[in-house]
Amino acid sequence: MANRDLTPAERVALARHPGRPGTADFIAALISDFFEQRGDRFFGDDGSILGGVGLFHGRPVTVIGHRKGKTLEEHMAYNFGMPSPEGYRKAQRLLRQAEKFRRPVITFIDTSGAYPGLEAEARGQGEAIAETLALLSSLTVPVISVVTGEGGSGGALALGVGNRVLMLENAVYSVLSPEGFASILWKDASRSAEACEVMKLTAADLLSMGVIDAVIPEPEGGAHENPHVLYQVLDTTLVRELGALEKQSGAALAAGRYKKFRAMGLNAVRKERT
Amino acid sequence: MSNINILAQRRQKLLALKALRSSPVVPAHKEEACPSCGKLVARRDLSDHHYVCPLCGYHHPVGAYYRLSLVLDKGTFRELEVNLISNDPLQFPDYKDKLDQARRRTGMGEGVVTALGRIGGYLVAVGALDSRFLMGSMSAALGEKVTRLIEYAGKNKLPLILFSASGGARMQEGILSLMQMAKTAAALERFSRKGGFYISVLTHPTTGGVTASFASLGDILLAEPGALIGFAGPRVIEQTIGQKLPEGFQRAEYLLEHGFLDAVVPRDRLRDVLIQLLRLHGKGGDIRG
Repeated sequence: MANRDLTPAERVALARHPGRPGTADFIAALISDFFEQRGDRFFGDDGSILGGVGLFHGRPVTVIGHRKGKTLEEHMAYNFGMPSPEGYRKAQRLLRQAEKFRRPVITFIDTSGAYPGLEAEARGQGEAIAETLALLSSLTVPVISVVTGEGGSGGALALGVGNRVLMLENAVYSVLSPEGFASILWKDASRSAEACEVMKLTAADLLSMGVIDAVIPEPEGGAHENPHVLYQVLDTTLVRELGALEKQSGAALAAGRYKKFRAMGLNAVRKERT
Repeated sequence: MSNINILAQRRQKLLALKALRSSPVVPAHKEEACPSCGKLVARRDLSDHHYVCPLCGYHHPVGAYYRLSLVLDKGTFRELEVNLISNDPLQFPDYKDKLDQARRRTGMGEGVVTALGRIGGYLVAVGALDSRFLMGSMSAALGEKVTRLIEYAGKNKLPLILFSASGGARMQEGILSLMQMAKTAAALERFSRKGGFYISVLTHPTTGGVTASFASLGDILLAEPGALIGFAGPRVIEQTIGQKLPEGFQRAEYLLEHGFLDAVVPRDRLRDVLIQLLRLHGKGGDIRG
């Protein structure tokens, strides 16, 4: 079936496909001389967020992304890509360094959501996400965010405050996972396919709502069918987008990012006539 | 019922509520059982104690107008952006009806009231979420009102005070609800970098996207006793870890112990504490209109 004919639920399945390339694959394919930076310098290292510095076409960039892993051991080690506060605080540390060393930031988003666990709560999951949003919004270096798989909830958005927000064709991005959505709204998680339909979570939906800037096409059958084709397209896109952003001053980058997110949802409100 | 009728009714109710300056959640029975200690409490006693149980200290959730009337100087309340309401951006099934119901039930246009007012003489930009309006969930309109309040405070060099009470995202507005987290956090970061002073008061319950954005970004974080505060809700966490949560988990006192609050302040002390903080932060707060 051609990609353009897929239903939202089929795209959700593709976005979660076990063979789908993730942050580690994108780094391996697009970034040379990568050095992984670990730890939040407060409590621990959260492998569900992978970050570090490397070269993109010869210039240093900071790369941060969610990491789900491919094998069972990796899934366990990276908590299926669901970050704890340590992950977001590590991201903050890397973002501050990107600002300090004037490095552009590339983020890859692929998580079902921040980890809803007892210890994550005890260490301030909400505060960690809030501070990451605030920090990312204020950077004076270029930030490009790419939604590559599942973009679930605040745990995804925390890495998504980019000057440019791109999305792979079969990626999804939503306020909550379809299961969580159905569970909260209809008290029935089994109605997730129905949720996929009404949530407007596909790249095309989000493009039309102005939440993302561009859709990156995937090979027929999804990214995992021919990842090298995708890497090529992604590489070309990032070169072009980064080139355009690097022409702007730091102040213009911060102002532009603010303006972009300031406008989110303005079509969704109205003045009641009095 | 026609749309016009609903709006006319809503405005009438709004005016009535404003005149009364009290719209507590508690129903108008003579006596009622406290949800915490289970003992019968006379409604009169409850209202005399700002809807705090005189027997056990349980803080009942209260509406936004009433909340603001407890801290503002009498006669200084000036509401901002009264008419800004949600537009059903996704054409979500049944959402329009839910909104109409919430508007009729509360007399509010959205789940937050934003205003200009004085506290102990200090001019402040102040807002309160209302858990009776679709659980105080974050809609685009709620995010926009909060953002406009932040920008208003920044432009006029006023201290900012927000009372949170929210179940999290407004599911029916999908991704646009989520984006309000980025919007409000970005606005607060700008406000903060310009020297703005922000007090966030977390009330029962504050969870989800509101916790993970503006509610956690205060220079000072206060909470009411017993308030449930978290990112994930207790039910979701129990499902994740497959066990019961310990007593007091995610309550205000627990957060204080874990370093996420400056103080837990009982309702009858809140106004005094706010005045003290405004006094201590003087800059921007002492512009007399």
